[in-house]
Amino acid sequence: MKTIFFRYRKIKNVGMYALCVASVLVALVPLMLIFYHTISHGLEALSVNFFTQLPKPVGEPGGGLGNAIVGTLILVGLGSLIGLPIGIFSGVYLSEFGNNKFGMIVRFMTDVLNGVPSIVTGVVAYTIVVLPAKHFSAYAGGFALGILMIPIVTRTTEEMLKTVPNSYREAALALGIPQWKTTLRIIIPSAIGGIVTGVMLAVARAAGETAPLLFTALNNRFWHTTLDQPIASLTVFIYNYGVSPFEDWIAQAWAGALVLILLILFLSVAVRFATRQRF
Amino acid sequence: MEKRDIERKPFMTVPTQPGTMNDQSNKIKITAENINCYFGKVHALKNISFTIPENKVVAIIGPSGCGKSTFLRSINRMHELVPDSRIMGKLALDGEDIYAMDAVVVRKRIGMVFQKPNPFPTMSIFDNVAAGLRMNGMRDKKKLTEIVEKSLQQAALWSEVKDSLSKSGVSLSGGQQQRLCIARTLAVSPEVILMDEPASALDPISTAKIEELIYELKREYTIAIVTHNMQQAARVSDYTAFFYMGELIEYDVTKKIFTVPAKKQTEDYITGRFG
Repeated sequence: MKTIFFRYRKIKNVGMYALCVASVLVALVPLMLIFYHTISHGLEALSVNFFTQLPKPVGEPGGGLGNAIVGTLILVGLGSLIGLPIGIFSGVYLSEFGNNKFGMIVRFMTDVLNGVPSIVTGVVAYTIVVLPAKHFSAYAGGFALGILMIPIVTRTTEEMLKTVPNSYREAALALGIPQWKTTLRIIIPSAIGGIVTGVMLAVARAAGETAPLLFTALNNRFWHTTLDQPIASLTVFIYNYGVSPFEDWIAQAWAGALVLILLILFLSVAVRFATRQRF
Repeated sequence: MEKRDIERKPFMTVPTQPGTMNDQSNKIKITAENINCYFGKVHALKNISFTIPENKVVAIIGPSGCGKSTFLRSINRMHELVPDSRIMGKLALDGEDIYAMDAVVVRKRIGMVFQKPNPFPTMSIFDNVAAGLRMNGMRDKKKLTEIVEKSLQQAALWSEVKDSLSKSGVSLSGGQQQRLCIARTLAVSPEVILMDEPASALDPISTAKIEELIYELKREYTIAIVTHNMQQAARVSDYTAFFYMGELIEYDVTKKIFTVPAKKQTEDYITGRFG
């Protein structure tokens, strides 16, 4: 009797374990497919020229998406200038001081903002920035991306700060350290890894957005000189080239996708390396 | 709130002062008068009146949930971190009203050591001890080094860590971490040190070291220690207070509490008949 129970339990254990492993593998399949397709299709159009040259007119071979790569970096940079400070400060507020009704409202609104479709954000940016200026611009694109980044950064910052045990807050306060210094010098450094993850998630999301940029940054086939003119981005180029009937454009769209993935990967690794813990 | 007049009226009601306190030379460091504390609707402390004499160790014992930790935390206003907490009554440090002072100033003068060792995880051993000073604006490197060494020596940790000051504070053993936390508290040179079950997470050898340390520290500091370990209370303290259900049942010289307690409840508790 005893041994039967024992064996049954072991079989159940093995079965559940196999189920977990299988789920992980299934979850990894889409990722592997994305990597496989972007690499196999994208590599052929990838060259030095792709990074340094402007797009060529239809029919002319060669050229590159240099301006779109720079454009994406500029747009994400502008978005980060708006989204990261507001997001991080809001997250700190919610975690350290937001244990009240106002905090609850802010938290709920942030979640709602997180659920707003990105194309709606694009329309909002179009109304607020593009219409008064009467032309599309990099500012408008950065503004739209910034709005998208705020809720992601806010909520991850809050969650990460909340994982810092209260005993550190107590220990710091009991030393006669003022609360703002406790937060700035002890609590935030303890959670910096998680906050950086949230920031990178937001950056990746912003870099991968197309819809809001169609309303705001539009596109540009030349190098940008100022921020108040339309600006190119990898995602919009991937969309335009991907739906075009020209084979070399489609190949360049694949290469653009590959570059976008590598860009975000490189950024994540670099930032993680720069903010790694000393111990 | 009513007017605070702590100094005018001498406070003598039993059992606020240790009954057989024969050396009257002892200055009273902390005076608590009719302290009532609520968390939401829970009445956690009921009319506690209490004094802690300077350069003595006062142990607070009692069963779980009796309010002894709450009382300790109310002394340096750590209870304020709990939302919904209210406190009434008077609490004075050297006759100065603690609740009228700035909380940061109170905590500089009244340090605290917690149950679980909690060195700052992002800081080295040195930085942990220096944290309180640095974040209150001390930049003088030489002076910092001096104070860190002195504090670590006082906490009997110097000889074990003097060659690894740049290592992480959490790389130490539990007992060492707790002594690091004590050093960290000493570094800001408080007048009073509150200890909330400082040895309950430690093994017997580390516990013995902490107890020795308490004995050494009382020459310079006034100490209040909450403990579940009655032998510990008997070993380290000069006076012992017994709390039960949010009330102060008895407060007297430690020897008397453990040999001839005045109250039946105290006797029952220390002999293990309830708790």
